[in-house]
Amino acid sequence: MKLYDSIELAARNLRESVLRNSLTTLGISVGVASLVAMLSLGIGLQQLASRRLQRSGLFDSIVVTSRRNLRSFDREQEQSGPAPAESPDLNEAARLKIANVAGVVEAYPDLRFITEVRFDEKPHLTMVAGLPLSSKDGDSFEGMQGKFFSSADAHEVILQKSFAAELLGKPSRGAQEINVAEVARPSLGKQIVMRYSERESTGQDASSFSVISHEMPLTIVGVTDLDPDSMRGSARARVFVPQQLIESMRPMQAYDMRASGGVTSDQPIYGNIVARVSGAGKVDAVEQAIKTLGFNTFSILDATKSMRRFFAILDLFLGIFGSLALTVASIGIINTLVMAILERRREIGIMKAVGASDGDVRGLFFAEAGAMGLLGGVCGTILGWIIGRVINFGTNVYLKRQGFPPEHIWSVPVWLVAGALGFSFVVSLVSGLYPASRAARLDPVQALRYE
Amino acid sequence: MALLGASGSGKSSLLNLLAGLDSPSAGAVIVEGQSLSGLSREQLAKYRRHTVGMVFQSFNLIPSMSVLENVELPLRFAEVERTKRSAMAVNALEKVGLSGRLKHRPIELSGGEQQRVALARALINQPHILLADEPTGNLDSRTGTEVMELIRRLNESLKMTVVLVTHERDLAEKYAGRLIFLADGKVVADQANSTRATVGVQP
Repeated sequence: MKLYDSIELAARNLRESVLRNSLTTLGISVGVASLVAMLSLGIGLQQLASRRLQRSGLFDSIVVTSRRNLRSFDREQEQSGPAPAESPDLNEAARLKIANVAGVVEAYPDLRFITEVRFDEKPHLTMVAGLPLSSKDGDSFEGMQGKFFSSADAHEVILQKSFAAELLGKPSRGAQEINVAEVARPSLGKQIVMRYSERESTGQDASSFSVISHEMPLTIVGVTDLDPDSMRGSARARVFVPQQLIESMRPMQAYDMRASGGVTSDQPIYGNIVARVSGAGKVDAVEQAIKTLGFNTFSILDATKSMRRFFAILDLFLGIFGSLALTVASIGIINTLVMAILERRREIGIMKAVGASDGDVRGLFFAEAGAMGLLGGVCGTILGWIIGRVINFGTNVYLKRQGFPPEHIWSVPVWLVAGALGFSFVVSLVSGLYPASRAARLDPVQALRYE
Repeated sequence: MALLGASGSGKSSLLNLLAGLDSPSAGAVIVEGQSLSGLSREQLAKYRRHTVGMVFQSFNLIPSMSVLENVELPLRFAEVERTKRSAMAVNALEKVGLSGRLKHRPIELSGGEQQRVALARALINQPHILLADEPTGNLDSRTGTEVMELIRRLNESLKMTVVLVTHERDLAEKYAGRLIFLADGKVVADQANSTRATVGVQP
């Protein structure tokens, strides 16, 4: 029998006992729906987490530290490689070397210091950090008001929005509640005066230096929407100045005191250097290359490995719970079809008497199982999608009540839809296996004997 | 040819053997020179599809299908083109004298009409042998005669062997060219009125 005929006969049979078959199909729908809802929730949470991390801008960055400062990010790195005393300094030469590693787009020292900033004659204590011009292209500055630095050494600053609010004397609130545009409007274009301490070599001894205090007026050009507590390396700072400007200032660094004992030249020693890599995929290779130069490295990819493993396990468990409902549904299919065989004994006998082969009968039952599976899959996916939306909506209502911004905790990618349809279809066919072969083996003489 | 015998004499079992629906525990069924026991289940299905046609005492039409669909059913299994099926079914129904009521369900027809539909279904694949199991058993005598007349006409016009199972001796003697009497599963008499012997039975 041709496939089309099997399907047509199957559809006719399904219509014959509408109630029973639609209940069975409903069972499959609920199974698929629970699977889709569970997995879309898992995927949504995972996307939410990685979106947060991506926004941190560190996915393509490697933080390089000297082995000399004895504060590497993991113990394994501390114990391997050259001894700290023999390892190279993290100075300008090291920076050039790192910049020349294949795959590195740029390498810049992470310069930051805590200082006093005056605005409207009122002093404010804060942390200032350098920011390379390339940061402009990252998504870290989405939602920024004003514009980015006009040049790499312009006397300009970008403020973090909560600091802008502080400068304007607004009552301190959670960072999430501050409207960037609101605090940007009165502060953009205004001047602030930044005090800083220059580290100046005395010329007598490499390990001694004098500290000279300076003041520098800067223009506010931008206010960022950046969360100061997010994971971005320089985000803990609340005032950003162009990278080259901060380098030319040679500001006193917190680690200058600590490193002074080992300083062998007049050259500034950096606490850490950030290497930006052309793509997240190259981070591993570049990290290895930098390690062979004798430095310690850290990248966010290291940190996300355990997170990705966590989500894989979460998805697996959610999938298993979702599949349980589908298992129950597949037993429903088996039950329905076995009942149908009992009911249609005579019909099967007739079909065999007029020339249906075992395969034809089997195909017919398969087509019925498959049709229920496919229909159940479609309804279930739609139902699961709706359930996911409802959960998402409910969560956001809760989040709003708790004072958090809405989040997208639910995601239904195309592969999940296709996978759910395919899975329910295959599960139905597998469920149809036993009834179909039982129907095919039915003895036509027995089936036709009794009136 | 008619198979005669009392209830339980084995005439229906013999017919099922001929139809390839059942297989013998001993001996062989040879149809048109071919032993059915040597055929696979798939080949038996093909044999039922093309070589034999069956009609039953209880008609055995599928109640959920219309008259036309019932007649078309064997064509589905024979994988005949969809476009040709309908015309073939209408043609077969005309041969048995039914041309209207194609969209009706079997239950809406009289017994005689239902048996004609069953006949049309048996004939649609142009089999060489028609196996009829008490075709008049559920019909009154007048419609029974009509059906038997129809079978005789088909037998003559289509040159088709008809194996008729019945317990009515009058009916058998009126229509059959050869009478085989069965009792307790054995052939007790074979009154051959015809020299034609397409079926050999060795119980």
